[in-house]
Amino acid sequence: MIEHILGKLDLSAIPFDEPPAMIAGGGMVVGAIAVVILITYLRKWKWLWTEWLTSVDHKKIGIMYILVALVMLLRGFADAMLMRAQQAVSVGSAHGFLPPSHYDQIFTAHGVIMIFFMAMPIMVGLMNIVVPLQIGARDVAFPFLNSVSFWLFVVGVILVMLSLIVGEFGRTGWLAYPPLSETQFSPGVGVDYYLWSLQISGIGTLLTGVNFFVTIIKMRCPGMTLMRMPIFTWTALCTNILIIIAFPILTVTLGMLALDRYLDFHFFSNSFGGNQMLYVNLIWAWGHPEVYILVLPAFGIFSEVVSTYCQKRLFGYTTMVYATACITILSFIVWLHHFFTMGAGANVNAFFGIATMVISIPTGVKIFNWLFTMYRGRVHFTAPMYWTLGFIVTFSIGGMTGVLLAVPGADFLLHNSLFLIAHFHNVIIGGVVFGYIAGITYWFPKATGIKLNEALGKASFWCWLVGFYFAFIPLYILGFMGATRRLSHYDAATGWHPYFVIALVGALIIFAGIGFMVLQIGTSILWRKKNMDTTGDPWNGRTLEWDTASPPPFYNFAHIPHVHSVEPHWDHKQALLNAEKHPARVESKRAYEPIHMPKNTGVGVMIGIFGFFLGFALIWDIWWLVIASGLAIFASVAYRSFDYDIDYYVTVEEIEKIENEISNRKRA
Amino acid sequence: MSTQENVISAQAGIHPHAHHGHHHDHDAEATDKVVFGFWIYIMSDCILFASIFGAFAVLHNNTFGGPDAKELFSMPYVLVETFLLLTSSFTYGLAMLGTYRGAKNQVLFWLGITFLLGLGFICMEVNEFHKLILEGNGPQRSAFLSSFFTLVGTHGLHVTCGLIWMVLLMLQVGKHGIGAVTTRKLACLSLFWHFLDIVWIFVFTVVYLMGAI
Repeated sequence: MIEHILGKLDLSAIPFDEPPAMIAGGGMVVGAIAVVILITYLRKWKWLWTEWLTSVDHKKIGIMYILVALVMLLRGFADAMLMRAQQAVSVGSAHGFLPPSHYDQIFTAHGVIMIFFMAMPIMVGLMNIVVPLQIGARDVAFPFLNSVSFWLFVVGVILVMLSLIVGEFGRTGWLAYPPLSETQFSPGVGVDYYLWSLQISGIGTLLTGVNFFVTIIKMRCPGMTLMRMPIFTWTALCTNILIIIAFPILTVTLGMLALDRYLDFHFFSNSFGGNQMLYVNLIWAWGHPEVYILVLPAFGIFSEVVSTYCQKRLFGYTTMVYATACITILSFIVWLHHFFTMGAGANVNAFFGIATMVISIPTGVKIFNWLFTMYRGRVHFTAPMYWTLGFIVTFSIGGMTGVLLAVPGADFLLHNSLFLIAHFHNVIIGGVVFGYIAGITYWFPKATGIKLNEALGKASFWCWLVGFYFAFIPLYILGFMGATRRLSHYDAATGWHPYFVIALVGALIIFAGIGFMVLQIGTSILWRKKNMDTTGDPWNGRTLEWDTASPPPFYNFAHIPHVHSVEPHWDHKQALLNAEKHPARVESKRAYEPIHMPKNTGVGVMIGIFGFFLGFALIWDIWWLVIASGLAIFASVAYRSFDYDIDYYVTVEEIEKIENEISNRKRA
Repeated sequence: MSTQENVISAQAGIHPHAHHGHHHDHDAEATDKVVFGFWIYIMSDCILFASIFGAFAVLHNNTFGGPDAKELFSMPYVLVETFLLLTSSFTYGLAMLGTYRGAKNQVLFWLGITFLLGLGFICMEVNEFHKLILEGNGPQRSAFLSSFFTLVGTHGLHVTCGLIWMVLLMLQVGKHGIGAVTTRKLACLSLFWHFLDIVWIFVFTVVYLMGAI
């Protein structure tokens, strides 16, 4: 009877015998309870529910995405610290503090969390906050779907976090290659947590891709042709195209692995004609575009930052757009370089090797565009500019080691080694992470009305930069010395120990950088009176998002802007300066018109809650709950489908009231 | 409101009862966005099917000593399935013609026929699967059969979702008539339904016809 009610779940699922997991999990539970008590004590539940959880406002959804992602950055980084510490002490006769079974879960969780639950949501969050503002729109194309996407992502986060204290996480590495991830070799629930957390949040990502693609194609304000879109919006467009094309492949691949595990299918099994290289091909057909899904928006951020802080139009706007489009297309014809050793033959490997190297050409175009934008620009050395400069140097090094790995002959020696680990952290930290932090710093005042502390931001930058080199240059060397990835123990005679110790020091320096980041955000919010941005345009910006207040009213623009150039806000300011020469350009105060907006809805939250139960029940084989939560999700969608009262008009009086408040703030 | 007005407003995707200028703009704009967005979703669904077709192409010879396509499938049976689905696409087209004319009863009638044809298709497919599994040729038999069941089953799952959606839409058309919102929803399901038809043509060709050779 009990197994009908609880499936595989019983008390042995809680890992009492693994102290690190229990401590971390316990901390997590205590933290969650503390937050709940705090919200109850402050009587903020109603506010939280009406203003945030049920919100379909793209700016609020964006902020929630980034908030959750920053928490996950801490979790993923804690995993990284554990690995660095283990490898620094687990040498020769000493075996460190992590048993292999736990160590394997940690490197799996680290990869999964950093890619899916840290980088992706920061990217989606920034896109949410910025893209509608940059194109002069009042919301995204499908605000309700946007809320659903967010809550599906949260389900993935909760499942991964829950695996710490109920059951286990995968021990397979972040891509869960079969046959290791098949039931035969991974009988526990670890891979199931992996499968369902990614499957559920992946559906959310796919919806986001469709949503933003339609937003950018259909909702640009009058006058904004494609070649007048800000570069960040261009990169967002290309990223969404990649999401729409790549994520269905992930859905299928994970689905097939789930069928293998749950229903004894034979897609990737060792016997019955299964083919495990099919999995590897499919997962990288998604996985390589995924790399560009992450990095293209970072390129977009650097373009905005460089242009703004050099007080100069971006050098080579058109080539930047074409370079982005080239990378978008090329990203689909290089997947095989992740497994040159498959044995596809010299010709196939040569094709993919050359295709990989070709990507460095459009990327190089971008690097030179940024450099030429700085050349003879009036460079303001602000924190986002620091991140950009750090990126250009670090990313170029990472790019070069990438070209090295693209040579199939060299790859045969270096694949699966720490050289590879150093390479992809080089481009992901140097490119994606630096870019996203620059973006968060740059748009923080736009989203919240508060400017972040500059000094702490720069302190964080220096720690990240120096820490990065200390942590990963030794890994390049270790790779040459033959150290493979995912080792929890090695022999003293290898001579690797000093390098692992240096890498640990580097990780500690990065830890200080994260500390400064937390301090920066915390103190800036705490002492916000000093750091208020009342102008809406704190950086003397150039694109439309700086044309409205900080934070913008929920309808973004009282009047939909009409644009005539790539830099409408900059040109508008120039026109005001030259008002005498061009009096016609100065807009007189126009009458407001009612604004059509979507209503908030709790259906997204409900789908999230039922989605969580569905995932949890699938992981633990609780079939009655699978059926019940599946039906509940269906009922939620049907309920929404039958609801025809989903929008309203903001009255002219309310717009006047809000706009007057904004201009009072500006004058004060 | 005369029938003539109804026709014009339905064709323009405008709610017949709208009386405010903004409503007109908004409805046309929303229809434009939703239909385009749904089209983009279908393109991503196309990639989803392409991946499963890819897996089938890789695995279709891996029968592991079990039966292959030639031994398993009966072409006349599959041909009947195919005609059921193709006809249902045609009758859905008739329902859309009714939608543009604002003829509620005609829409409900043809949706009903489409539903029955789709249901017939699904029943035949379930019956085929049931038979295969009873004979010991279920998806666990070989990698070939795993990919066969997944490919055909995923299509069948889509058709089933389409059928459920059709029932919901028939209820909504019954309640609200043919307005801007119901027209938009009918147009999306129409895209979906025809898309599944095209996928089936590929399934029929790649799995059954090429398997019979």
